[in-house]
Amino acid sequence: MKAAIVVFPGVNRDRDVARALRLASGAEPASVWHTETSLPDGTDLAVLPGGFSYGDYLRCGAIAARSPVMDAVRAHAARGGRVLAICNGFQVACEAGLLPGVLMRNADLHFVCRIQHLSVERADTPFTRAYAPGQVIAVPVAHGEGNYAADEDTIARLEGAGRVAFRYCGPEGDPAHGTSPNGSRNHIAGILSERLNVLGMMPHPENAVEALAGGEDGKGLFDSLMG
Amino acid sequence: MQARVSVTLKSGVLDPQGKAIEGALHSLGHAGVTSVRQGKIFDVTIEGTDRAAAEAELAKVCEALLANTVIEDYAIVIDGNGGAAA
Repeated sequence: MKAAIVVFPGVNRDRDVARALRLASGAEPASVWHTETSLPDGTDLAVLPGGFSYGDYLRCGAIAARSPVMDAVRAHAARGGRVLAICNGFQVACEAGLLPGVLMRNADLHFVCRIQHLSVERADTPFTRAYAPGQVIAVPVAHGEGNYAADEDTIARLEGAGRVAFRYCGPEGDPAHGTSPNGSRNHIAGILSERLNVLGMMPHPENAVEALAGGEDGKGLFDSLMG
Repeated sequence: MQARVSVTLKSGVLDPQGKAIEGALHSLGHAGVTSVRQGKIFDVTIEGTDRAAAEAELAKVCEALLANTVIEDYAIVIDGNGGAAA
């Protein structure tokens, strides 16, 4: 599995996701600067990491989504290549048209930074097959704009096609009121592209891959990608 | 030419910042303020004298970057007179 992490000015979780990939695969992922016009030959997985690309100017992810390397990422996705877009990367992916909808300001206006429970809605995708369906995992969230929104038709299409990958929930898996960190529509924490080869999610599985540093519940995602 | 581009949330899209401002105005005693929606203004200088061409280019600028048309509308006003809205 050959991974390439796209680095925009202002991202800060690129090394975290590199570490998670290294732990899962034993191989060093490539770093690709945003001005590049291609991904390394043979790239299987492109990663859009978390952070604050371009200082979140204009709209989160908006400027990064228009950078030269994103044409290569779109072409990679169009070929069926995998794209993992985390946090700011999710915002970039939505702005770039890789995924539908938009991440808006958290409903209560607070930046939220905590451990959050998620339910694994699908365990039959390249990103989630190491999990059990309905499994509840605990991973960190850290964002101010994670409030997923889309028009009614898009939400219906996503739900109808089973394209919600993760939902915010309580410790027992209940999507009860009060467990959502951001007011996201239908408690959506992560969504998949139509062909299930692009995953965008606000939480940070890359920051939950070692027992010594906050748990291992995110590891399944990286193990899934190695399978 | 000088142009002013306004980008605002579409009606129906929740605007938590606008709501917070509305609440603050109420607590300051402005009970008559019934709604606040927050938006962005871009003052853009653009070469040339052809207003129609400038307006067309600015519409492309809005679609390409300044607005996310999933949730936002934009309006273009050139030299202080009415322009196109979308």
